[in-house]
Amino acid sequence: MRTVVEGTLSGEIFEEHTVLSVDDLCRLCAVERAYIVELVDEGVLRATQGDARGWHFPGAALRRARIALRLQRDLELNLPGVALALELMEELERLRGELRVGGR
Amino acid sequence: MEFKDYYQVMGVARDATEAQIKHAYRRLARKYHPDVSKEKDAEARFKELGEAYEVLKSPEKRAAYDQLGQGPRPGENFKPPPDWGSGFEFSGAGPSGTAGGADYSDFFESLFGGAAGGARRGGRRGAPGSDADRGEDHHAKVLLDLDAALQGGSRQMTLRIPEIDAEGRLVSRDRTLNVQVPKGILPGQTIRLAGRGGAAPAGGKPGDLFIEVEFEPHPLYKIDGSDLYLDLPIAPWEAALGATVKTPTPSGIVELKIPPGSHAGSKLRLKSRGLPAAKPGDLYVVLTIALPAATDEKSKEAYRAMAAALPFNPRSRLGV
Repeated sequence: MRTVVEGTLSGEIFEEHTVLSVDDLCRLCAVERAYIVELVDEGVLRATQGDARGWHFPGAALRRARIALRLQRDLELNLPGVALALELMEELERLRGELRVGGR
Repeated sequence: MEFKDYYQVMGVARDATEAQIKHAYRRLARKYHPDVSKEKDAEARFKELGEAYEVLKSPEKRAAYDQLGQGPRPGENFKPPPDWGSGFEFSGAGPSGTAGGADYSDFFESLFGGAAGGARRGGRRGAPGSDADRGEDHHAKVLLDLDAALQGGSRQMTLRIPEIDAEGRLVSRDRTLNVQVPKGILPGQTIRLAGRGGAAPAGGKPGDLFIEVEFEPHPLYKIDGSDLYLDLPIAPWEAALGATVKTPTPSGIVELKIPPGSHAGSKLRLKSRGLPAAKPGDLYVVLTIALPAATDEKSKEAYRAMAAALPFNPRSRLGV
């Protein structure tokens, strides 16, 4: 195992500065366009109105799409299963947040 | 090298059927999947599980593995026998990447070889041709102290990056970077370092490095999205009569006005004093009431005087 130390790097907050097209998402997730369309059809990703060519996604869609991909691959879920898992995970995260701050 | 008992990892008997093994894998994969599980060692467990399943689901690999017999006990020093693998057709095929970005233990690799280059990222569905001239994006996750987001500043991070080495094997590499943390980054957001991912193919561009950020618990502030919560203890008379008290905030100590008649659990919102995101969060100060201890005669006297002066039944709502 090699260890490399590099100088100080500056980056940007991806979610704040990014609007993604379908092609961007395809490239970043290394999937084909049809897969992204499926994710939108299933409601896993929310796109702007119109046809797929003109869709735009917020930067946060990347993380969601990648989680969807991993769930599908590792747990052999189908897309509705992925959509359900993501919704429940979000709900869980929200409830955990409430617990963390002492309930409201 | 440590001997790994794959049957133990999967919690199945040595004579488990294929169906039982698959069933165990599904159940444990759901339990330890790093995206789903909050178990501390989920990622390591999931990796181990993927590796165990990779071996036990394949009749050839399983038979070869079984040939090692009970061998040394788990954790004991292990060397593959010299006649290892003879008669089995698996070398070179490479694991099919069950556990995603599979990064196998030395034990696994000594038996079955490293992941072949073609096995990288089991979930790939044939990338569009456009990224043939671009290095791979790398993704990593780090746990930062909250101060990094509050003040911004550089932090040293050690990221474990899976890579394909010169022989086409998947190896992991520790990469230590100093990264300027953008002020106001929120939990779950990502720092993108353009061009810091996988090396560029000839004539192409390197990939990007994406670092997903989560925060360690902070001694004072609890995080909820971009909002922060602070428990602020006040004295009973400060709650009853109102007061102006000092309170810490991420941007420094401020004087906070406690309205008269406040009670434990009252929430005071300090606008835009939360995480300094693009849309800044708020700081919620949650009041708690701290009781002075009655340890000496003087303090006992004060409590007695209060009891005598106040007709107060804290349990009236309980009907007693």
